[in-house]
Amino acid sequence: MIQIKDVSKIYKTEMIETVALSHVSFEIKKGEFAAIMGPSGSGKSTLMHILGALDLATSGEYILDGESVSKLTDDELADIRNRKIGFIFQAFNLLPRTTALKNVMLPMVYAGIPKKERLEKAKKYLEMVGLKDRMYHTSNQLSGGQQQRVAIARGLVMNPAILLADEPTGNIASAQAEEVMLLFQKLNNEGHTIIMITHELDIANHAGRIISIRDGEIVGDKVNINSNSKLKFNKTKI
Amino acid sequence: MDIKELIIECFSTLTVNKMRTGLAILGIVIGIGSVIALISLGEASQKMVENQIQSLGSNLLTISPGGQANGAVRGAQGGGTTLTLEDALAIESSPTITTIKTVSPEFSKRAQVIMGRNNTNTQIVGAYPTYAEIHKITLSSGVFINMRDVQMMSKVAVIGPQVVIDLFGEGANPIGKMMRTGNQSLKVIGVTTSKGGSGFNNQDDMIYVPLSTAQKQLFGASYLSSISVEAKSQDVMTDAQNQIGYFLLAQHKLSDPAQADFSIMSQNDILNTASSITGTFTTLLSGIAAISLLVGGIGIMNIMLVTVTERTREIGLRKALGAKQKTVILQFLFEAIILTVIGGIIGMILGILISFILSSTMGLPFTISPSAIALAMGVSGIIGVVFGWYPAQKASKLQPIEALRYE
Repeated sequence: MIQIKDVSKIYKTEMIETVALSHVSFEIKKGEFAAIMGPSGSGKSTLMHILGALDLATSGEYILDGESVSKLTDDELADIRNRKIGFIFQAFNLLPRTTALKNVMLPMVYAGIPKKERLEKAKKYLEMVGLKDRMYHTSNQLSGGQQQRVAIARGLVMNPAILLADEPTGNIASAQAEEVMLLFQKLNNEGHTIIMITHELDIANHAGRIISIRDGEIVGDKVNINSNSKLKFNKTKI
Repeated sequence: MDIKELIIECFSTLTVNKMRTGLAILGIVIGIGSVIALISLGEASQKMVENQIQSLGSNLLTISPGGQANGAVRGAQGGGTTLTLEDALAIESSPTITTIKTVSPEFSKRAQVIMGRNNTNTQIVGAYPTYAEIHKITLSSGVFINMRDVQMMSKVAVIGPQVVIDLFGEGANPIGKMMRTGNQSLKVIGVTTSKGGSGFNNQDDMIYVPLSTAQKQLFGASYLSSISVEAKSQDVMTDAQNQIGYFLLAQHKLSDPAQADFSIMSQNDILNTASSITGTFTTLLSGIAAISLLVGGIGIMNIMLVTVTERTREIGLRKALGAKQKTVILQFLFEAIILTVIGGIIGMILGILISFILSSTMGLPFTISPSAIALAMGVSGIIGVVFGWYPAQKASKLQPIEALRYE
């Protein structure tokens, strides 16, 4: 489903070139639940942004469902982000001063889903993340953990095939983090492909595969034997 | 995403960010309001001056004695003594002058007038009964000077409302009362209706006496200070001016028009002069208005540009969630249009309101200048739309993550 071939990302400012990713290659199959781990500055967020079609690689190829992402137009990319990928940002990125409900409805607005259906779905997903009584709170009236959960609801509301989560449990208490992970596992069991960034091993342990990244290069890629994920990654298949 | 959804989204963004929306609208309101108010005020004062000149009489020609060229020396305009009552009577009775209706010989001079303990320095006008007709003088009480008063050299006077206030006190009835100028006593026989003028040649601050009384009893002069002539219509003004001119040249035994010892000015000449003066005034106000338009425009520009950082992130987010370039640009364009339209309407109402209040307190006629409205709306509209749309246009071309990181 996802193929990353020899992808590099180099940030250029006037004087300095920073290599964020250097010749990274891997493949993620449909229905996998993978965790990407690495210290800060390792390039894991950059990798995630490229996977989410939010940024383009400097070189290399990203093939998503058989399509080369780098060859798509801006609007085609927007469509992919809208329908195929649910992205949960580390910094939540909710619309400021806007209610949780409207934030969750936003992707559906761009998908052209009728208003009634938008409202129903948004409510359903907010309820699922435990924010039933916070729907009409604006994003600045919510705590970090609540904002994170709004971001998760927004990432899920389009029922995307791929869910990308950048530190989805970074701002919430461990009990709630566990809930989020159970939710992810449930989604994974339903067939969603999930890739998440985390630096906590016990969170990563929920995933069936752990990819380690350091200084822009993949340094480890292993099946997680501790995983309670149903669909195990089979390394021999690559 | 259809247009209706887009507009709903625009309104929701605008109502959510009340402070930002309010400031942007305020900038537009001030820009447009001040321009409309200032230009309307300028045009109102121009109109008032024109009205006042019109109220002096219509189709009016004024013959003034001109400095006679005496060799190389030319006397001052209006200071001469070359016009006489005979000239006026000859003009009136001349068979060659066919385009005139009424002739009014006039002699006026400033003098001190005393009534009891009050006194005032005012214009005394020696007039014929025709004066009232030509200069559109109406009386609020009493009667105007008649021909008999002129023939008898009666010591009677018709006074303006300002003179009543100065000499007799506000609201007093001066009819039948006596006042004194020099060593002569004058009996008040009428009071004119207020014309609301002010300053030099204020018609409310005048005393009218029979021409003969002014010339012989009060000032001892045999000449006229001017002759006013009313032409039959607006169309024959130039003809009348020419006929009178040639007639007077013959009357004064002058062959060369360059040597004329008089000048004839029409109401239009005065109007044009005054209009060009008030026109300058309007230009000045327009200059001020242009500056306020500029300031207003910069205000709009600032608020639009200041929010660019936040808005660029918003654009990044919207694109990350699946908004297409066109959708993003259209949303920002519509937002800018909604802002400028709302601000424009409020600004227009405010500008009209301000010019209404100012013109009513300053006693000016209330006018609305459509060109000012068009100018103000146009300029602020363009500024608002361009500076709302341009940064959005730029941000929409960024990769979502670049826009989200924008600082």
